[in-house]
Amino acid sequence: MNKETLKKIIMPLLVFAVLIQVWSGIAIIVEDFPTPSDTYVAAFGGINSEGDELEGVLSDPFYVENQDDKGVFWQILASLKRVFGGFALAIIVGVPIGLLIGMSKTAQYAFDPFIQIFKPVSPLAWLPLLLFIFQDINLTAISTIFITSIWPIIINTALGVKNVNEDYLNVAKVLQFTALEKVIQIILPVAVPYIFTGMRLSLGIAWLVIVAAEMLTGGIGIGFWIWDEYNNLNYHNIIIGIIIVGLVGFMLDILMGKLADFFDYRKKA
Amino acid sequence: MSTDEFLKLEKIRKAFPLPNGEEYVAVVDVDLNIKKNEIISIIGHSGCGKSTLLNMIAGLDAQTQGNICLEKREIKGPGPERAVVFQNHSLLPWLTVYQNIEMAVKKVMPELDAKELRARIEKFVSMVNLDHAKDKYPGEISGGMKQRVGIARALSIKPKVLLMDEPFGALDSLTRANLQEHLMRIQQKVQNTVIIITHDIDEAVLLSDKVIMMTNGPEATIGEVLEVDLPRPRNRVELQSNKEYTRCRESILSFLYEKFAKDDE
Repeated sequence: MNKETLKKIIMPLLVFAVLIQVWSGIAIIVEDFPTPSDTYVAAFGGINSEGDELEGVLSDPFYVENQDDKGVFWQILASLKRVFGGFALAIIVGVPIGLLIGMSKTAQYAFDPFIQIFKPVSPLAWLPLLLFIFQDINLTAISTIFITSIWPIIINTALGVKNVNEDYLNVAKVLQFTALEKVIQIILPVAVPYIFTGMRLSLGIAWLVIVAAEMLTGGIGIGFWIWDEYNNLNYHNIIIGIIIVGLVGFMLDILMGKLADFFDYRKKA
Repeated sequence: MSTDEFLKLEKIRKAFPLPNGEEYVAVVDVDLNIKKNEIISIIGHSGCGKSTLLNMIAGLDAQTQGNICLEKREIKGPGPERAVVFQNHSLLPWLTVYQNIEMAVKKVMPELDAKELRARIEKFVSMVNLDHAKDKYPGEISGGMKQRVGIARALSIKPKVLLMDEPFGALDSLTRANLQEHLMRIQQKVQNTVIIITHDIDEAVLLSDKVIMMTNGPEATIGEVLEVDLPRPRNRVELQSNKEYTRCRESILSFLYEKFAKDDE
């Protein structure tokens, strides 16, 4: 193992040790705050500091007790389904709008002010309005994700289109490509890496949004689960929830990154 | 049809609007007759509007006034009968050499079946000696090879006129000489009408039947037309001691550096 790899393993471990120390410190200062070891037991099972033998929440993430009591796996799955629902909608609507804005100055002038205004609006501001419209947890969560994650897709797609080299467009002109041929054969291949950058940002936002959305809508989902554990005074489970949300988000990002590389012609040659 | 009326430019004027409401007149009063299978070079200092002229013939840019006719038909926009070899090769980087040519042939000759298509693409890949690199991406081959692909792509769609915009300008001089040889060899084989924009005097004399010399911009126009009376095939080494070659070179040199000298700004 070379020095560089060794550093990559040891340095995060050092930071991890410091984090655990800080956490232990907080647990001493704040009353009832779960210690690292109790949290570990709560996650994977074992005997906690008070001598009770516990089953961890991650010992059986697949259990189904009843409609309202399911394992962590099902909570995450429910959240992921909503995320991908809203994300898919955002792609289906966002990419064509982005292409349009990138190709036509007129469309850019028409849409740009609205993109700038709606882009910074927090998902929590949309949520009550959408809940009022749909009166349904799933539809509300999906539409909230849609409306907050569509902006990076639109913006990056348009940016990609604007990056199409004038020379490539001249080639299309000389060959008398139709508008559709131009989009498919010239513009999309250039724009795809940008679209994926937008999708990656968008998926990150979607995963951020879902936790907040589910806290307010309730039912099932990792966001609701965390809130529910708070109400049940299971504070260690909140920490477990945070770590799970982080890990899943990290994995989604890696997945999108791999997918983006796969479709990026610049990474092939 | 008389061969005198193949490609005709009449009273061409091109002006670009400026942000302050005025206009920049790039070229004026350009009259030019190009015969079928003639190779002409257009030479001039930078900013003389030679690329603008080529773009107008290609149809990528519209003239402000005047007419351009190919075989008596007015040119109104770009089209595959006027193929362009761009200065920056402009190959699509996500397609291989083969696919870049395929894209062009497929579009312009949709009547070809799979076998004919393949044969045609391979013929033009071979013409520029790139059989070994046909499955490579543009990013994997040298600048000279890319430009050869550009030439093959342009020729593969059977153009009536081949327009070359400083095709070898970005290449080192050895590669450039190599490509000039390629071009002359191909031209012997496929007889085409070729218009080359260049700022290289030797290149202009070596390749052309006629050299069009442009005055300086703004309001550039054709200053002199030189007929190059050298037999083909031409050999660059032998030409060095040829009287006609020397006469042509001197004529262009004196035009560019005495009559229309330009200070570098």
